[in-house]
Amino acid sequence: MADDLKIPLLEELEKGPWPSFVTDIKSVAGKSEMAADLLRQLEKSYEDKRGYWKHGGLVGVRGYGGGVIGRYSALPEEFPGVSHFHTVRVNQPSGWVYTADALNGIMDIWDEHGSGLTNMHGSTGDMVLLGTRTEELEPTFLALTQKGWDLGGSGSDMRTPSCCIGPARCEYACFDTLALTYNLTQEYQDELHRPMFNYKFKIKVSGCPNDCTAAIARSDMAIIGIWKDDIKVNQEEFAKYVDSGMDVQGIVVDMCPTSCISVDGKTIDIDDSNCVKCMHCINKMPKALAVGDEKGAAIALGAKAPIVDGALFGSIMVPFIELEEPYEELHDLIERIWEFWDEHGKARERIGEFIERVTLARFCEEVGLDPIPQMVTHPRENPYIFYEEYFAEEGEGSEE
Amino acid sequence: MAVSVEQLADEMFAIVEESAGKRKLKAGDLQKAMAAKHGDEVSRKDVKAGIKLLIDSGRCVYGYFGGSSIELPRTEGAANE
Ligand code: SF4
Ligand code: SF4
Repeated sequence: MADDLKIPLLEELEKGPWPSFVTDIKSVAGKSEMAADLLRQLEKSYEDKRGYWKHGGLVGVRGYGGGVIGRYSALPEEFPGVSHFHTVRVNQPSGWVYTADALNGIMDIWDEHGSGLTNMHGSTGDMVLLGTRTEELEPTFLALTQKGWDLGGSGSDMRTPSCCIGPARCEYACFDTLALTYNLTQEYQDELHRPMFNYKFKIKVSGCPNDCTAAIARSDMAIIGIWKDDIKVNQEEFAKYVDSGMDVQGIVVDMCPTSCISVDGKTIDIDDSNCVKCMHCINKMPKALAVGDEKGAAIALGAKAPIVDGALFGSIMVPFIELEEPYEELHDLIERIWEFWDEHGKARERIGEFIERVTLARFCEEVGLDPIPQMVTHPRENPYIFYEEYFAEEGEGSEE
Repeated sequence: MAVSVEQLADEMFAIVEESAGKRKLKAGDLQKAMAAKHGDEVSRKDVKAGIKLLIDSGRCVYGYFGGSSIELPRTEGAANE
């Protein structure tokens, strides 16, 4: 630790049983003046109750409009170590699967060209390399690309697509999340690196409704695995759960949100026509119950954090789509959505806000999506009854 | 294509130069300007290729100030030595 590091306020954050970023940064402050000055500047921010970062909007690597977040200290004389403190986002591998060699390679690069500090992973999914100088950006990029890495997205572009680990080790996966995420990343390299939209567009991919990437809450386009047919039941294994003394009634049957499970002794019966595929019963009895055979994904649009307007959850736009390479149907849908949003969206308007403004009915018409019951978010709020053909059929414009 | 990508790049560069210091232009603004000038003679893909040319040649750079913009290369005010 740097000898003259006096950070009593930050050290308060080291108290308690939880991990502390202060402890982590202190552990490298002895060998990195950038890390030491980062702590010193943050301590001053805590003392003065204000931030001391300036936004650097023009830093980046040649040809790319994303992947680097520029930051300069507002107090460069006092904290020269963080005079420049740019962040580099590195496109993570699908499912965040690394070899130790790959991670060591990244860290060697970052020790040489940056602060050595990382955040694994950022909320979009990228590996986040924290703190470097402007003149180190191109050498960092070169070293990364020589090892097969690329930068991720930032700004008004398609952000780095991310996915759960899916079929690599999870039996619930309804499609190959890793393959799809890789495909989208490669297919849309221009959209990832060359900001051309009104605002950011995040795609997150989860293999089943457990939604381990929290796609439904955190992505403009959530692709979530689902199945169309019945839950697969293994009655023998179910009997073993009963024999083990598990409170099947209390833990599974009574918790089913649509009350579509019944149990008779050691036999379970599911009324699949009423199952909303919440995954609860499967999660509780994975040996007895499994996702069906007709697998694909549902697509929700519009989730976002509360930056301009309030937070939004995604709304289902496509209840089922098969996801097999080469994913033409999905590409086609994504491109239609982008084109309409690009043409008519306002600056900094996310797709969810855009749909609210132009109305769901118009959005569906323009993008070529069929209206479905799942789009109705509240009782008595039917967003698609004002279709022109209905007016024509009825001969008048009902307000109901 | 009646209008070459190089011509589009030059025309967009002129717009970016003209707007420098006054207004930050997004890719969409350049799209709209080219569509207004050339109508159906240029596609969105052509304009994107023109922007790519401007960026890859270093004549323009991307900026980010709340949204992404296309700008002339310069040293920004926030930059430290
Ligand atoms: S989202 Fe589903 S498929 Fe993906 S890791 Fe989680 S439980 Fe498994
Ligand atoms: S998945 Fe959910 S809704 Fe379907 S049967 Fe199981 S608990 Fe009920």
